[in-house]
Amino acid sequence: MERRNIEEKIFKGLMLLSTMVILSSLVLILLTVLVKGLPYLSLAMVTQVPQGGYYLGKGGGILNAIVGSLYLAGGATFLAILLSLPVALYLNVYSKSDSKFVSACRFTFDVLCGVPSIVYGAFGFTIMIFFGMRASLLGGIIAIALLIMPMMIRSMDEVIRLVPRELMDASYALGANRWETALKVVVRQSLPGILTSILIAFGRGIGDAAAVIFTAGFTDAIPTSLLRPVATLPLAIFFQLGVPIPEVQGRAYASALILTIMILIISLAARLLSKKLTRHVVK
Amino acid sequence: MKVPMSARRVKDIMASKIMLVLTLAAVALIFFMVAGLYFKSRPILASQPLSELFFSSRWRPFRGEFGFLSFIMGTVWVTGVAVLIAVPLCLLTSIYLSEYANSKVREWVKPLIDILAGIPSVVFGVWGMLVVVPFIKDVVAPFAGVFSTGYSILAGGIVLAIMIFPVIIHVSLEIFRAVPQEVREASLAVGATRWQTIKHVVMRKALPGVAAAVVLGISRAFGETMAVLMVVGNVAKIPHSVLDPAYPLPALIANNYGEMMSIPLYDSALMLAALILLLVVLLFNALSKMILIRVQRSIR
Repeated sequence: MERRNIEEKIFKGLMLLSTMVILSSLVLILLTVLVKGLPYLSLAMVTQVPQGGYYLGKGGGILNAIVGSLYLAGGATFLAILLSLPVALYLNVYSKSDSKFVSACRFTFDVLCGVPSIVYGAFGFTIMIFFGMRASLLGGIIAIALLIMPMMIRSMDEVIRLVPRELMDASYALGANRWETALKVVVRQSLPGILTSILIAFGRGIGDAAAVIFTAGFTDAIPTSLLRPVATLPLAIFFQLGVPIPEVQGRAYASALILTIMILIISLAARLLSKKLTRHVVK
Repeated sequence: MKVPMSARRVKDIMASKIMLVLTLAAVALIFFMVAGLYFKSRPILASQPLSELFFSSRWRPFRGEFGFLSFIMGTVWVTGVAVLIAVPLCLLTSIYLSEYANSKVREWVKPLIDILAGIPSVVFGVWGMLVVVPFIKDVVAPFAGVFSTGYSILAGGIVLAIMIFPVIIHVSLEIFRAVPQEVREASLAVGATRWQTIKHVVMRKALPGVAAAVVLGISRAFGETMAVLMVVGNVAKIPHSVLDPAYPLPALIANNYGEMMSIPLYDSALMLAALILLLVVLLFNALSKMILIRVQRSIR
């Protein structure tokens, strides 16, 4: 066999191997969490808040963290939508397409997308100090909202960008102005994609730990007000892991399993939504 | 006489103004973050010369000594190991998916990589503690003839490498797909093998884009906090081997949020650490984005 053909075979083998390594790392992570977490998973885990001595191995569950994470990510997602949707619409409907201003904005949001969550946490913390706030649900919501806003803007922007120009022109030709076109044509046309971006951002909000470590605090109770501290699932996992009692560590694995399942459900929902919700979409 | 504006037009103009303000506010976030963190880190910057902060490894907050060198080196080591592991694997995978795999395989693999991208970092950390750390303690360290608890730079690097797979694959796959088909056909037509075509033709076109993908991966690895913090050992010493523990900057910030308010200048020092992270990441991201924009222009 010629040398170059041997080289071809070797590299093709290496490529297949790399792809396998990368895919099996995903499988390995999911399997490990499943195998380690499943034995400790119980109904009490998801229906009860920690009782006295929970962190010493006594009864209770992590309902506080599950609900806390949902509140936090829900609030942050809501706040981020209020900011992101207008920005994405402005870039695509109100601005001249592909003007310098639009490219500069996109560039900035792309760069912001890469800023680590711990930096958003630290920045959120300086905001809180500035306003004299304590670690609370509201503080966490602000930090997470800032974290997910740039990605939400960019993913909504990508979806809205795909709306056919003719569709908007048709709307203008019928006498609609830009606001009416944005709301009734563009948003409706890109709704499945917008919902997908929202769900992905929500998932990111639930899974993030570094941005809430300063800002949200931690508590065993389910928060009753925006100004109370709130527990989050990632931090609950982290804290339980730090306790050198096998029972508590086992529950940390179970909590990790719960978090993973929640994230998988959200990403599956995002995938299905983008395929299903096309009733009002002009093709 | 002025014609009164219709309610519809007023609404349109109002919406336009409000949206412009929101857009500018969102863009300004980047400046607010730099300014806010800089403002908070001014006390520490004023108290010590920059050389002392960046090139000293004496970290004794109680005595007011804040030398970041061990933490900076920790970050550099962990990021370096992660990139060394991730880059060859990701490049080979992207080339396979782009040049060899049929579209069916591609459609199967892509969502799986998206799932990997969506896994929360704390779950990576749990996996690292359960699998990677014992593996290093029981297999790698004895093999190398040294003792290690397993909580090491290597553990952090492996976990981090897996976390940056999706970023690097996503960007480099896009770049490879953007290389026009005719270029490949021309090379194949003169008798080159597929690998030769990739090596001499596709790679040459895609190289700057691949570099951008790697830079993006580095910048992602640089700021990753929770997963690394859980497996890297967190010992504030300059590391000398991959089996040593390290204490990267993000872990420093996350671990000390509790006591930072009780020691003078400590909070300022942590905010400076956050500012360093932010500036480095901004620089790297901007760099990689600029390369990508240029590449996309030149390929098409």
